[in-house]
Amino acid sequence: MKAFWNLMIAEVKLYLREPVAAFFTIAYAPMMLILFGMIYGNKPEAIFGGLGTMDISVPSYIGLIIVTVGLISVPIDTATNRDKGILRRFRATPLHPEIYLAADVTGNYLMTLIGVLLLVVIGKLAYHIHFSGNWLSVFLGFTLSALAFYALGYLLAALAPTARIAQTVGMVLAFPMMFISGATIPIEVLPHGVRQAANFIPLTHVVTLMRGLWFGDPWSAHLIEVTILVGTLVVSSLLAAHLFRWE
Amino acid sequence: MAVIQVEGLRKTYGDLVAVDGISFQVQEGEVFGMVGPNGAGKTTTIECIEGLRQPDGGVITLLGMDPQKDGYQLHQRIGAQLQEAGLPDRLKVGEAMRLFASFYRHSVEWRSLLEQFGLAEKEKAYFGGLSGGQKQRLFIALALINNPEMVFLDELTTGLDPQARRAMWDLVRNIRGQGKTVFLTTHYMEEAEQLCDRVVVIDRGKIVALDTPAALIRSLGAEKRVAFTLSGSLDLQPFRRVPGVAKVERIGERVVIYGQGEKLLSGVVTILEQANVPFRDLHTEQPTLEDVFLALTGREMRD
Repeated sequence: MKAFWNLMIAEVKLYLREPVAAFFTIAYAPMMLILFGMIYGNKPEAIFGGLGTMDISVPSYIGLIIVTVGLISVPIDTATNRDKGILRRFRATPLHPEIYLAADVTGNYLMTLIGVLLLVVIGKLAYHIHFSGNWLSVFLGFTLSALAFYALGYLLAALAPTARIAQTVGMVLAFPMMFISGATIPIEVLPHGVRQAANFIPLTHVVTLMRGLWFGDPWSAHLIEVTILVGTLVVSSLLAAHLFRWE
Repeated sequence: MAVIQVEGLRKTYGDLVAVDGISFQVQEGEVFGMVGPNGAGKTTTIECIEGLRQPDGGVITLLGMDPQKDGYQLHQRIGAQLQEAGLPDRLKVGEAMRLFASFYRHSVEWRSLLEQFGLAEKEKAYFGGLSGGQKQRLFIALALINNPEMVFLDELTTGLDPQARRAMWDLVRNIRGQGKTVFLTTHYMEEAEQLCDRVVVIDRGKIVALDTPAALIRSLGAEKRVAFTLSGSLDLQPFRRVPGVAKVERIGERVVIYGQGEKLLSGVVTILEQANVPFRDLHTEQPTLEDVFLALTGREMRD
């Protein structure tokens, strides 16, 4: 337990000392929100069923934070720890790999959570965004989505031979996802073809689930999203555990 | 009592046989050195004993346990400085000590360890900002944080300048002074000579010799050399009559006298004084482990 806490605290400290990672996790989504808020405001729009742009942006941007941590931070940190021999050094101690993983996931989860809370608070204060869901459901949906994307991130780290490759592949996957999944630009304004293609992207399902739960959909309305995200979580975790190299 | 027993250890990487059936024992309280050129199989051997690599054949017993099966339990009792290891650049020295201390059931007071290794002022410094020698000292401090019975040091001084290397040697003597057993690898023969009670010489995955450094050098029966530089001319004939002299050589200004025995140096000096010629740079050269390796393998240590 002592090892878990110390590792997690170290993880969070290291995150905050890396300005680029901290910026993209904590500040990027709120900044986008303010920027688009200045352009569109939050007046009711027919295309969003009477909700404002800010109302739907806040739950959507949760996906933006999740994909940043999952496909950029997790693979870069994990592959860097491997490349630099940090994981090797840990292996020469009695530290169990499961404790390392638990601390790493918790540290990343805390950072994601901080980013999301900041986003929601700014949305509430600046744009009085609507919320008609259940907080617990939103929290659970967020947690499932985050874990599924971390699992993808660990899989990417397991597959990439070096941290540089993990970084490149992570960014190549993350950036297009951000723009066609509805996590940045509302899915309603995207062309039909793009929306069709977006169905094959896991992030689209995160955005759909978060928006749905945010405005009070029951879980039964999102069985497809939940199935896809649970599947991503299980398959990626198993593959990552099987393929992961410590050095 | 043997704390490490290695029987017929074998490890291959594809077609390459890194360690080819070696056997040896390490006794409690000794500094045991494994020497040999790069690629001889030293790191593979030490990492098999530490439980970080799985051997393809042979039996290893460390502190009465099997490193493959009892790894976690063994890691409570040993300390390891690895050849290739790192820490996050933005982790502070004190944070690294606290973090590693938390991995063990029992740990020593880490601040006094930092003090002992001259890193007390670096407690708040980032790992990435340390010099090579400071990083290496931190890694030894981390290896000692659980007060281990057995310490593994893999290529401890590679990449350090001579001064830092000598400082490191004092630290190793200090570890031995605390009654801990030390297993170290090095490709510096001088280091092995300075630090080790016993040395195993390994080449291409096989053991070529195992004994105390002094016995290895003695077994060579090698000659001492007395050398000096001479500007003028001098009859070299009298040197050949000094007891124990085997050969006298002059190459340009440099004269080298080969031989054995205690009287060699005093005999040469007496003749030089009687001849009353100006000479400089007089020194003796002892055979070293380097010569042992050359004699045993027919090759220089440095490839």
